[in-house]
Amino acid sequence: MKKFLLATAACALAAGSASAEDVKLGVLLGFTGPIETIAPNMALAAEMAIKEVNDSGKAANGWVFSAERADSTCIDASAATSAAERLVTSAGVKAIIGADCSGVTRAVLSSVAIPNGLVLISPSATSPALSDDPDEGLFYRTVPSDAREGVIMADVLAERGVKSIAISYSNSDYGKGQADAIAAAAEAKGIKVTINASHDDGKADYSAEVAALAAAGGDVLVVAGYVDQGGKGIIQATVDTGAFTVFGLPGGMFGESLTQTIGAPLEGSYGQHPSSDAAGYQTYLDMAKAYDPSFDGSTNFAPNSYDATAIVILAMQAAGSTDPKVYKDKIMEVANGPADGSGEVINPGELGKALELIAAGKAINYEGATGVTFLENGDVTGRYREYEIKDGVWETVKYR
Amino acid sequence: MDILNALVAFANFVLVPGLTYGSQLALGALGVSLVFAVLRFSNFAHGDTMAFGTVMAILFTWMLQSWGISAGPLPTALLALPLAIAATSVMVLGTDRLVYRFYRRQKAKPIILMIASIGVMFVMNGLVRMILGTREVQFADGERFLLAPAAFRTATGLAEPLGIRTSQAVTVVVAVICVAALFWFLNRTRTGKSMRAFSDNEDLALLSGINPDRVVMVTWIIAAALATIAGTLYGLDKNYRVFVYFGMLLPIFASAIVGGLGSPIGAIIGGFVIAFSEILVTNAWSKILGYLTPEGWLGEGLYQALSTDYKVAVSFVILIIVLLVKPNGIMGGK
Repeated sequence: MKKFLLATAACALAAGSASAEDVKLGVLLGFTGPIETIAPNMALAAEMAIKEVNDSGKAANGWVFSAERADSTCIDASAATSAAERLVTSAGVKAIIGADCSGVTRAVLSSVAIPNGLVLISPSATSPALSDDPDEGLFYRTVPSDAREGVIMADVLAERGVKSIAISYSNSDYGKGQADAIAAAAEAKGIKVTINASHDDGKADYSAEVAALAAAGGDVLVVAGYVDQGGKGIIQATVDTGAFTVFGLPGGMFGESLTQTIGAPLEGSYGQHPSSDAAGYQTYLDMAKAYDPSFDGSTNFAPNSYDATAIVILAMQAAGSTDPKVYKDKIMEVANGPADGSGEVINPGELGKALELIAAGKAINYEGATGVTFLENGDVTGRYREYEIKDGVWETVKYR
Repeated sequence: MDILNALVAFANFVLVPGLTYGSQLALGALGVSLVFAVLRFSNFAHGDTMAFGTVMAILFTWMLQSWGISAGPLPTALLALPLAIAATSVMVLGTDRLVYRFYRRQKAKPIILMIASIGVMFVMNGLVRMILGTREVQFADGERFLLAPAAFRTATGLAEPLGIRTSQAVTVVVAVICVAALFWFLNRTRTGKSMRAFSDNEDLALLSGINPDRVVMVTWIIAAALATIAGTLYGLDKNYRVFVYFGMLLPIFASAIVGGLGSPIGAIIGGFVIAFSEILVTNAWSKILGYLTPEGWLGEGLYQALSTDYKVAVSFVILIIVLLVKPNGIMGGK
């Protein structure tokens, strides 16, 4: 009750001081359900961006932003859409940060965002299907699609002059999706895929699977699996029979346990995993600590949530309007900057400066905590660390 | 035509894994067959007895390792085997005392004993999980390879590698020793002969003054020893995970039934029949055939009869065929 009174008092104060429009942003995340442990931090990150903007006082038209939380449940599409509907009709939000899980995000996009002409920007939906969903330019996400890593893996292989690959994937949605993405991207680059076969996790013996891979042959064996599951078993059985000597290791295979158990035969194997080298990431972590000492900004998708919120606000500033139909066209502009790269780079903690620059008519290039750059379809390019195993250590080759 | 490379590829992907897996199945099937012959029921707890024996071997291996004792190039687990067999025997004899003896005294039907063994299986499964959990444990140490694939390639100059792991060689050698010792025991010693007599005709054996409790005890100890050895060899060769042993129960029973339940030679033949058919049917032959046929004859296919996902199904198909055509198994068991 005390908190409630304080909150209403604070709201009343805020309302009193705000000379103009109060802009609400929906934060639609799975506060209950499978990702309930990470959703609170994602919401805190979004609110941290809002507070930073409000504190700077640089928003156009005296806008004061506020967050309106709603529960997406992560898995229940009907609960998520009704929560989103409520955000639109009763709270009157101008954008929704969310949803989180891919399934509910697709539902909210098709049945709430598009009919109401609302911008939906997800910090955590990674399904490749969202890249192709019709979105009328209203859907963006600050986390790369799962398929994106397949493209990066193919780039890495092509740059190293690999001519043919065999793929073994974990018999799961993740493994299958990634293997198909790698196969498609590799073939587009002229790399021959000799075999694309699954392996079941949790088995003791993978010699039969490896025999099939060996029969198909190839320069490199790409293992799209889990490091502590079948992926390791496949590599172990391959090393034992000498079927392949170089392995392609996507993010699911990244882990010290692999180099510890397999050891020397892994020398010279390579791959990549999603990892941010954005200059502002550390700044963001420090800000998170200062914002709330109990807030660990490094939990999954929290930096992506900060970036999603910041981009929406900056786009509104650039458009001079909180109408989604108007500012949606500015999102790409503030996140990527002009094509010639002349936009001023904006890191976390510089939102006030960014608002000023926009007001002064200067171009910006929002990098944020995760190094945001959008592709044409509203996906981010994502940042990946390319690694190579040298002397049993996962050494960074470069970021791409 | 490149017969040498084809032979090496065949050895690397079919022969060596087949011999190893076949030996492991044969040892497991021997235990099942022996219990069936003497105690007259299908012991469904055998898979989990193997898991229990392996857990004991792992614990004793760790103990020996902490004392700084190792077997040099061989896995330390071999030294731990006698201790593990002793511990597993105690466990199995305790189970017999608690569960099976009651039903035996009541002259219960084999089906009841079999159902009791399923109960024992679940209890043992839980017990094993309480000790080591469900995680994967790798306890093989010593030299990993007897013949490393890269070394083979440089030594022979062949395009195909051949790898023989120490654990694979150890498996085959230990299996041969165990089988020889078991046959010597059954055919040459007094206790062995009394076990066979008990198995052939229980009433006649009792009349001849054979002590049934002693026969039952010896049978359980041998079954525990075979289970521990088979489980430990499998764990050394692959790795330890409790669910895997649970899953091995089915190919082991298939081996025992294909060979002929109750026949020791049948169990061994059955083990190799199941192991090799699983591998032969799911192997991709394109590489080996590629060496044997002129270039360009084979085209793109993998020449794989069934995907490796169906490996387990193969043993069941063979089991069904044997039950339909020759229900007593290859060696004509019971």
